Amino acid sequence: MCLAIPGRIVEFAAEPSFAVVDVTGVRRKVNVDLLRPDGLAVDDWVLIHVGFAMSRISAEQAEEQLRLLTMLGEATLAAEEVEGYQFE
Amino acid sequence: MKYVDEFRDPQLIRRTADEIRRLMEPGRHYRFMEVCGGHTHAIYRFGLEDLLPDSIELVHGPGCPVCVLPMGRVDDGLALAVEHGAIVTAFGDMMRVPGRRGSPLEHIARGADIRMVYSPLDALKLACDNPDRQVVFFAIGFETTAPSTALTLRRARSLGVPNLTVFSNHVTIIPAIRAILDSPDMRIDGFIGPGHVSTVIGCRPYEFVARDYGRPIVVSGFEPLDVLQGIVMILRQLREGRAEVENQYARVVPWEGNLPALQAMAETFELRPYFEWRGLGFISQSALGVSAAYADFDAERRFELPGVRVTDPKAAQCGEVLKGVLKPHRCKLFGRECTPEHPVGALMVSSEGACAAYYNFAHRRARLEEDAAPAPAAAAG
Ligand code: SF4
Repeated sequence: MCLAIPGRIVEFAAEPSFAVVDVTGVRRKVNVDLLRPDGLAVDDWVLIHVGFAMSRISAEQAEEQLRLLTMLGEATLAAEEVEGYQFE
Repeated sequence: MKYVDEFRDPQLIRRTADEIRRLMEPGRHYRFMEVCGGHTHAIYRFGLEDLLPDSIELVHGPGCPVCVLPMGRVDDGLALAVEHGAIVTAFGDMMRVPGRRGSPLEHIARGADIRMVYSPLDALKLACDNPDRQVVFFAIGFETTAPSTALTLRRARSLGVPNLTVFSNHVTIIPAIRAILDSPDMRIDGFIGPGHVSTVIGCRPYEFVARDYGRPIVVSGFEPLDVLQGIVMILRQLREGRAEVENQYARVVPWEGNLPALQAMAETFELRPYFEWRGLGFISQSALGVSAAYADFDAERRFELPGVRVTDPKAAQCGEVLKGVLKPHRCKLFGRECTPEHPVGALMVSSEGACAAYYNFAHRRARLEEDAAPAPAAAAG
């Protein structure tokens, strides 16, 4: 499993524990309970690990992370992993 | 250095590498341990060793969850599918880890119902969709991953899912670092502290490294510049005669960690009195079992498990590599009997494993011959 996949929050789910994130065009629900106390907003960037948003990061950090993942050919793997989440 | 020109700021990378050289004492050999497998992976995939002087040796630590799992635990997990007929779910990292009678993948080929998942929440979903089956989540990972299992347990209970249990193999990083510091054959001058684990536990738990053992530890990020800056900060401490916990990765790691994560873990897990680690042996209070409050969701309470200790194949030297006393390519099986396609040990399976990192990053191989000259002073402990 990837340790940290950068994703952008595009909307909040009906259930407060979940938000929809966009990872290089792939959209999936992830659990945001670990970050909710920080007051997340749409367009915030988060690092995702096994279906859970673990940390909030800046847009620049996210961009750099995605660039590194792409450079190493690991961006597709990250997107596949997020696409693989079965829970909804 | 293949990638340096593609980095966002190659100038800055080069300046940082120069700074490392400036801070070193002439004639001194430094051994720094990167505790976390994520760092091992980053160091090799970016070829960072090529930027470092030869007198800085990076020693790979125990922070690779599937690598430290003893074979007996893999067999116990497999027994849940084979003997108890449960659907066993596990991360992809586990799928090719060898058990005594083969890996999970080989067991699938023989008809065991083992399924790969990307999240513990997938296991919960499977349990909801298969109410007439027992579903077990084979949980692995350090404090990075344990909160996800913890929140899944909470959710399973609030939804009243009766057929999901967790086979917990979660481990904690602090006792492993202490075991390494206490190990007589281990001389480490400083630590590159784990980034993701620290987003959960914060920086305070590392204070004993500085206070009791007089070693610098710098929590660092995973980008090339992060790792190099972490090394600069360690060298500065050594130069100035300091030993402190510092946070290079403050943009992601809060000093106090993640409170909701720590609370969820405290509620759903309890420290086991002791747990066996491959290579490090039994370490007290180093692993998380499902707590009494969540006993109904504990696979070890619900099912009878063989619980047999299995020794690794004799020629495999995974334990010594895990402790950092042997470089991966010095293992007698490396690249011969043991390859990523046919792994003998888990260190060759996981992307965070030192053997896989060595094997996969070919640029590194050219240098193997060079340092293959002196015989390893390994296996003393
Ligand atoms: S090469 Fe294989 S057997 Fe040897 S230490 Fe690495 S994983 Fe273990």
